[in-house]
Amino acid sequence: MENEAGALSRVAGLFSARGYNIESLSVAPTEDPTLSRMTIVTVGSDEVVEQVTKQLNKLIEVVKIIDLNDGSHIERELMLVKVRATGSADREEIKRLTEIFRGCIIDVTDKSYTIELTGTSSKLDAFLEAVERSAVLETVRTGASGIGRGEWTLKV
Amino acid sequence: MSVELTGAEITIRCLQEEGVQCIFGYPGGAVLFIYDELFKQDKVRHILVRHEQAAIHAADGYARSSNHVGVALVTSGPGVTNAVTGIATAYMDSIPMVVISGQVPTNAIGLDAFQEVDTVGITRPCVKHNFLVKDINELAVTIKKAFYIASTGRPGPVLVDIPKDVSQQKVKFEYPDKVSMRSYNPVTKGHTRQIRKAAELILSAKRPMIYAGGGVILSNAAPQLTELTQLLNFPCTNTLMGLGGYPATDRQSLGMLGMHGTYEANMAMQYCDVLVAVGARFDDRVIGNPKHFFNENRKIIHIDIDPSSISKRVKVDIPIVGDVLDVLKELIKLLKESKEKPDQGALKEWWKQIDLWRERDCLKFDRDSKIIKPQRVIETLFDVTKGDAFITSDVGQHQMWAAQFYKFDKPRRWINSGGLGTMGFGMPAAMGVQLANPKGKVACITGEASIQMCIQELSTCKQYKLPLKIINLNNRYMGMVRQWQEFFHGNRYAESYMNALPDFVKLAESYGHVGMKIEQPGDVEGALKEAFKRKDQLVFLDFITDQTENVFPMVPGGKGLSEMILV
Repeated sequence: MENEAGALSRVAGLFSARGYNIESLSVAPTEDPTLSRMTIVTVGSDEVVEQVTKQLNKLIEVVKIIDLNDGSHIERELMLVKVRATGSADREEIKRLTEIFRGCIIDVTDKSYTIELTGTSSKLDAFLEAVERSAVLETVRTGASGIGRGEWTLKV
Repeated sequence: MSVELTGAEITIRCLQEEGVQCIFGYPGGAVLFIYDELFKQDKVRHILVRHEQAAIHAADGYARSSNHVGVALVTSGPGVTNAVTGIATAYMDSIPMVVISGQVPTNAIGLDAFQEVDTVGITRPCVKHNFLVKDINELAVTIKKAFYIASTGRPGPVLVDIPKDVSQQKVKFEYPDKVSMRSYNPVTKGHTRQIRKAAELILSAKRPMIYAGGGVILSNAAPQLTELTQLLNFPCTNTLMGLGGYPATDRQSLGMLGMHGTYEANMAMQYCDVLVAVGARFDDRVIGNPKHFFNENRKIIHIDIDPSSISKRVKVDIPIVGDVLDVLKELIKLLKESKEKPDQGALKEWWKQIDLWRERDCLKFDRDSKIIKPQRVIETLFDVTKGDAFITSDVGQHQMWAAQFYKFDKPRRWINSGGLGTMGFGMPAAMGVQLANPKGKVACITGEASIQMCIQELSTCKQYKLPLKIINLNNRYMGMVRQWQEFFHGNRYAESYMNALPDFVKLAESYGHVGMKIEQPGDVEGALKEAFKRKDQLVFLDFITDQTENVFPMVPGGKGLSEMILV
């Protein structure tokens, strides 16, 4: 979509006005600074998703829209999670878990670790399941970003 | 050209470049520079309304009756919030319109300044698009885009919000000949293969039906719709927004369909085997309960410029995205080239069935009543104006009777708020219609409840000598509300009674117009004739009508098309 002020609110407004679900939404400018790319995760029947697509297409600032589920695609989400880490046993356990999930610890205090984790949304969920619930102090997630597999590209 | 112009001058110059002759508005702090420029020129005429809602409705009526883009100018804050009802009305009916609004200066935006609202935010869900112009260099091209977006594709209102300081700054003026936008490329031509498939299906029909909506009017395709219908000898029904798309006095017209549609139109819609939907969107007031609609098997062809209108409420078999005019032309060409014809025997049987439904005479009413029947007033209005008037309406029972009893043979003659259902629309819209058609006969069919929602415009009519004929069907009730309360709420008429009504005759007179009160059925025709004789005067005709009259047929909410309540 055009990288213009207010474009994001048109998309968000459309979802609320028409009663569509919005699971997550991530947006940032692309390599072409006049364009932004947005990944929206929504839930609905085929008919609803068809309507969502058509209605989004009607927004003047939307340049192109694809349903990534139409082909095979890759999606990734970034999560930062702050966990309580006191005592050497706990600290070791969390380090091990972080390694298993291919995350990295990016900030350390004597009582906490902050872990960076990337993956599909379900992998991030799985990590949170694996960590003892009471140890999780804070999480922040970006929502999924998606891209099609192979050489095909979404270009304007 | 090296002369620098102010933003205000540029705004007016852009309107001139677009060929705008008439705009509707109301001045205020944030648009004073623009009004100053309006004052200094005489190409663009400004009509001063008495409330911003009326400015938008008037621009809307102007657009609907003339096929030009309607233009309105309002100030920031309350100017905009008053305009919102009008903008939403135009949006729901896909009317091409450009609204220019003033905004507080850019350095005051967001600081809760006097008369500040988030105009772009408030209007976002009810415009096709909107812009806030923060940079004077963007002003001309933004206005160009606004006209382009408003008038192409599925039309709609576009708002341009101009901060006061931008209207003061200067820049070299250049108006682009055209704009292209990578993110906005409306389709016009339909897919040839789809049109071919549609033609084949049409030729195979045994019980065909053409269902035509407002898209036919908007794309100026009434002649093509008529040609198609007559070429095939198919029955045709028009939606509330589509009236005039096919001549209503013709035998092949089944009248309006839907909640208050005719028996024959609704039955034919339900029991046809091939349905050709043209510029219509199967909305809730048209097909009633979609589940019930699919109790019967039929194949559906759907022509619409807006892909999101297709398969929204009803799954269709052959969607054709494109401008109704282009698609119909191509479809007619294909059908004419084809050697085949639909099964004439089956078609004859189908017409026989339709004529049986017609015999039900679903629009009958008591013609010998001692009290004025509202239907009678409309019929007489049709006779007196020889079916050639521009009719606007407000919203309620009178609107449905107007749609049922005034037989529109031409497009752009019937101007009403179909989608949003805005009471107060009728008179201001009629002002716009009269300004677009100075020689036309313009009547506003209204009720005593609706008319009071924009009654202040009688003053505007006086100022610009607009000789409207106001047909007030005065039943001392919010008639449609009362009807629903009678049918579905145990006759409990909660707040639907209009107490303490004004003396409309005196009211009209106090604004400098002519008022008439008509209480006897025998006086209806004479009063209407007298009113239309007064070519230069607004005449307010207050018809005291039957309080208990209801609109029939009626498909109750949630019911199917063949489940009508009949007289």
